[in-house]
Amino acid sequence: MIYLRQVLAHLRKDLRLEWRSRDSINGMLFFSLLVVVVYSLAFDPTGYPTTTRQISGGVLWVSILFASVSALNQAWTREQRNQVLDAHRMAAAPASALFLGKALANFLFVTAVELVLAPIFVVFFNLHPLGQTSLLLLILPLGTWALVLNGTFFAALGLRARNRELLLPLILFPIAIPSLLAMIQATTAVLTGDDMLNPLLWIQMLAGYDIIFTIICLLLFDTVLHAE
Amino acid sequence: MQPLSRTTRIVGALWLAVTLAVMAQGFREAIFLTPADAAQGDVGRIFYYHVPIAMLSLLFPYVNFAASLAFLFWRTRNPLRALTSDALALASAEVTIAYTSICLITGSIWGRAAWGIWWTWDERLTSELILCLIYIAYVMLRRFSATGQTQTLAAVLSVFAAVDVPIVYMSIRWWRTQHPAPVFGGGPDSGMDKSMLPAFFWNLATWTLWGLFLLTARFLLERRNQMTEQDEALRAIEASLEISQ
Repeated sequence: MIYLRQVLAHLRKDLRLEWRSRDSINGMLFFSLLVVVVYSLAFDPTGYPTTTRQISGGVLWVSILFASVSALNQAWTREQRNQVLDAHRMAAAPASALFLGKALANFLFVTAVELVLAPIFVVFFNLHPLGQTSLLLLILPLGTWALVLNGTFFAALGLRARNRELLLPLILFPIAIPSLLAMIQATTAVLTGDDMLNPLLWIQMLAGYDIIFTIICLLLFDTVLHAE
Repeated sequence: MQPLSRTTRIVGALWLAVTLAVMAQGFREAIFLTPADAAQGDVGRIFYYHVPIAMLSLLFPYVNFAASLAFLFWRTRNPLRALTSDALALASAEVTIAYTSICLITGSIWGRAAWGIWWTWDERLTSELILCLIYIAYVMLRRFSATGQTQTLAAVLSVFAAVDVPIVYMSIRWWRTQHPAPVFGGGPDSGMDKSMLPAFFWNLATWTLWGLFLLTARFLLERRNQMTEQDEALRAIEASLEISQ
């Protein structure tokens, strides 16, 4: 119960910080919008509806991935100002509560971006999904959590690194490949309605990935915070 | 920094000599003595290099994982022992990159000759590539991270890698069984002909010896780097004490 309160306190703090500046949500939103526009230059989305359905899942997730990486790079910088991070190190609250609060906050930011981005995406790409679209309500949160969880963790790894902005994608992308594969395959299965692709298999795999990595992140975050 | 001891140097030189001798014998077996593969001709000979290296490239990540766990365990309990295991972790990560790269390159050469394409997104190729990428990320992290944090952060990433690699393998298998894969008859599925076994085992021995040699050499080099760093840190502390007096 105390742990939950600590997580909520961290979450509230992050939400309040974001509410006052709205930097990362606005930045992510505009960035992913631009990525979607740039992708529409690469192929003709309205002219080839079948191709569009086949690749839209990948395009959507890649734009979300890029956008969240650009925002996650800033996630811990806030804590570095005025030595707040050192205060966190000395605080009696467990380090994993700090991590969980921040990951949940980032999850909410990226979800907010997706809620705005998805309709725009459907309109721009003239998308008519053929599968069971309600499954997207499962795929989007699970996929977002997978990205944000590892992203928040690896952003903390690179906190004092020389080349922080570059380091995060370098570590995150290879580790996130199975989850990316799962979310893209599941989304494509829903959009194309192809019987060959089984979205439930990929949703299960995504859920398993989320559970495993949530546990590891919570166990190891203390080590990372005190890595001196 | 103390030089390598006499015994280490003698054992190292002997080991290298034996490795080179075995390598020559392995080359002789693979290229001259073994009959050409019935189905593939001389192209099949690359398997004597490719397969042992592929097998070993899957072995070194375990060394890295075990050394990283040992580092995390000893980090606060016994810092000196922790440093030793960190050197082993770094050495095995670099050898992993070397072996996975060689495996991918020799595989591509064979693929070009046998399939007509350099690369296909087959389950084994993709898993091996991602294994290679993960360990490149590991070395990158070590390169970029701040001094003092490097070992811990790298050990944490190694745990992530160890958990991730089986997931990668399973997910790519599901991915590829979902789509009917192109029909490529790859590798000697039904075991090897008896005449091929000596070439295979000589080369397996060669690349095991060579991998261990690389691993040890890199480990000793990293140990010396650590010693130098410690000496410098000690000298800096002593210098700062002198100024304050």
